[in-house]
Amino acid sequence: MYSVERAGPLADKVYQMWVKAPHVAHHAQAGQFVIFRIDEKGERIPLTISAVDGDSFRVIFMTIGKTTTHLAALKAGDHVLDVAGPLGKPSETHMFGTCVLVGGGVGTASLPIIARALKASGNRVIGIVGARNAGLLILEDEMAKACDELLISTDDGTKGFHGFAADLLKQVMAREKVDAVWIIGPAMMMKVTCEVTRPAAIKTFVSLNPVMVDGTGMCGSCRVIVGGETKFACVDGPEFDAHQVDFNLLMGRLRTYQPEEKESLERYNAHLCACKGGDHHA
Amino acid sequence: MRISVPAKAVITMHDRDIEQRVHDFKEVDGGMTSGEATLEAERCLQCKKPLCMKGCPVGIDIPAFIREIASGNFQKAAAIIKEQNMLPAICGRVCPQEVQCEEQCILGVREKPISIGELERFVADTERAHGMVPPQKKTSTGRKVAVVGAGPAGLTASAELARMGYHVTLFESLHAAGGVLMYGIPAFRLPKDIVKAEIAAVLTLGVELKLNHLVGRSITVKELLSYDAVFLGTGAGLPYFMGLPGENLPGVYSANEFLTRVNLMHADQFPLFDTPIKKGSRVVVAGGGNVAMDAARVARRLGGKVTLVYRRREEDLPAREAETRRAKEEGIEFVLCANPVKILGDQGITGVECVRMEMCAPDQSGRPEPAPIEGSHFTIDADVFIAAIGQGPNPLLISEIPELKRGKRGNVVVDSEFHTLMRKVFAGGDVATGAATVILAMGAAKSAAKAMDRMLREE
Repeated sequence: MYSVERAGPLADKVYQMWVKAPHVAHHAQAGQFVIFRIDEKGERIPLTISAVDGDSFRVIFMTIGKTTTHLAALKAGDHVLDVAGPLGKPSETHMFGTCVLVGGGVGTASLPIIARALKASGNRVIGIVGARNAGLLILEDEMAKACDELLISTDDGTKGFHGFAADLLKQVMAREKVDAVWIIGPAMMMKVTCEVTRPAAIKTFVSLNPVMVDGTGMCGSCRVIVGGETKFACVDGPEFDAHQVDFNLLMGRLRTYQPEEKESLERYNAHLCACKGGDHHA
Repeated sequence: MRISVPAKAVITMHDRDIEQRVHDFKEVDGGMTSGEATLEAERCLQCKKPLCMKGCPVGIDIPAFIREIASGNFQKAAAIIKEQNMLPAICGRVCPQEVQCEEQCILGVREKPISIGELERFVADTERAHGMVPPQKKTSTGRKVAVVGAGPAGLTASAELARMGYHVTLFESLHAAGGVLMYGIPAFRLPKDIVKAEIAAVLTLGVELKLNHLVGRSITVKELLSYDAVFLGTGAGLPYFMGLPGENLPGVYSANEFLTRVNLMHADQFPLFDTPIKKGSRVVVAGGGNVAMDAARVARRLGGKVTLVYRRREEDLPAREAETRRAKEEGIEFVLCANPVKILGDQGITGVECVRMEMCAPDQSGRPEPAPIEGSHFTIDADVFIAAIGQGPNPLLISEIPELKRGKRGNVVVDSEFHTLMRKVFAGGDVATGAATVILAMGAAKSAAKAMDRMLREE
């Protein structure tokens, strides 16, 4: 049992949660993730480690299916039954020169810890945080502190640059030499945005979040194709060379359980209504 | 030649009705009654030089425990087994006795060998029902050892070392101990409450179990090596895929994933449990080992029409004969001398293209080498495909310790005492041998524990 230390909303449908788990917090590095299992009936879901403080670490997630909706209902003092981690290979955060970190929506959660590690290695770090609208922007202050410069974009122009994060990335590349780029967000956003850096062959990392079960390389559920080879995102990643990733395959596999995810969420919500929010344990 | 056997004396068949059992995950084999066990035990010749013991990787005093059963001393029989084996209810069920103790049994020459596995299981089940006797342990040595992986090897090493008086910390990356006993072997062959009970008995020895800890990540290799000695029992959890076109389509599973979703995560009970699975109305399983049979029989219980495709002949199937028989009884269709070459489909699977295989000159294993027959391609309709063609040693931890020597198949190289090239580090089970059986892993762990004890006492 791992206690929830702090929890609450960050933006529309986006929540943060600090969980006490010394084995994770004491060993976590930028780019790694944990696997949560909320209770005895729960599934195992991967979540990126977004920050660490003492014995606790933070995850940030968007409510999409049943498990994330249930997770969002947990408050300080509640518990998560199982927390395994830290898992996956850490980000490559050696000295590159100038690095640009591009976050799309909830994917921004992964960036501050990477930004701090890159800064510690002596890099100049430029952050670009994009979202559909101002209400979905997260971690602006934290990113502003962690980066040398922070740029904001919204698809609808409600805050910052009116357009996509990819456009801001192009602007940065036009004005200065960029040595490495991280793009973390929804699969489609990563697929499109990494095309910006492909012509100049700038080293570009994406963090993949396919369906996982054990998260330790034992089931192959999270297999992705990178550079024509099958890789397991849980142990070979989650970060990969963006220009080598087969994003269509990733998106196809992410849809595997869509009908089941819908059924599970509907059942959970119906149950919540039936007991007026008293018991979340459907 | 068939030898007739007096019906009264041979008791093996306790399988539940086929029509009933294919709809649930309850145990297929019901086990012996005490009357049957006593009768079977009385058949034992109590050989002066018992051959059966030579076939037991953990060295159980088989005639002694059988003698106690024949005398009705079931608790005493349990105590004799547990001197050598802390997991008897598990081993009684999943050991391939027919190629171990029972193959050696002298009665097998003329009639049927003693059903040693069934008797072991009977004794363990009887003891559990009457309250398990807490195991004895020596006084503390004050030394600390780490065991990595809570599967059959790790549990056995932990139990042995704890009984010798060591403080054992057992690290497990999953949320439950048991390894393949929990995630791999289905409940209808090995009920999970039995696994949990035998693990609990190991833990009563004072073994400190740390779940959700992936060694190399949740604790560093340096921290691991700060223990006085280390046993690596990380198993063979790396699933092999076949490299077929279409293999990454949604609906294609490794047997590990398919079985883990059901056995460990209870996806058969979705949406009551949160983990989903593609149940499949037409399922193709590739492979012929115990894991392939398990996957096929699980898929059958999820409601699918299941076809097992194996590239060699019936007599080459590596699975236990009893499990193959049960799979057939349960309606699994066997397509032998055939091999999948392509998974068909666009968004999901629509079929599996296979090719017929012909048997050529014997290969290294002594079996005829299968080769595809040109122009013999055929398609099996399918919406789920499961690759059950084997697993390799878990590469994760051992690749983090460059000082370990690795063999051709990715296994950790050990000497005859299961010592790796590193002074403090021992390894046993599938991580050292490649995918094998529960009992061989346990035998290796026992030997390793003895060698670790020797090393620590000589220091």
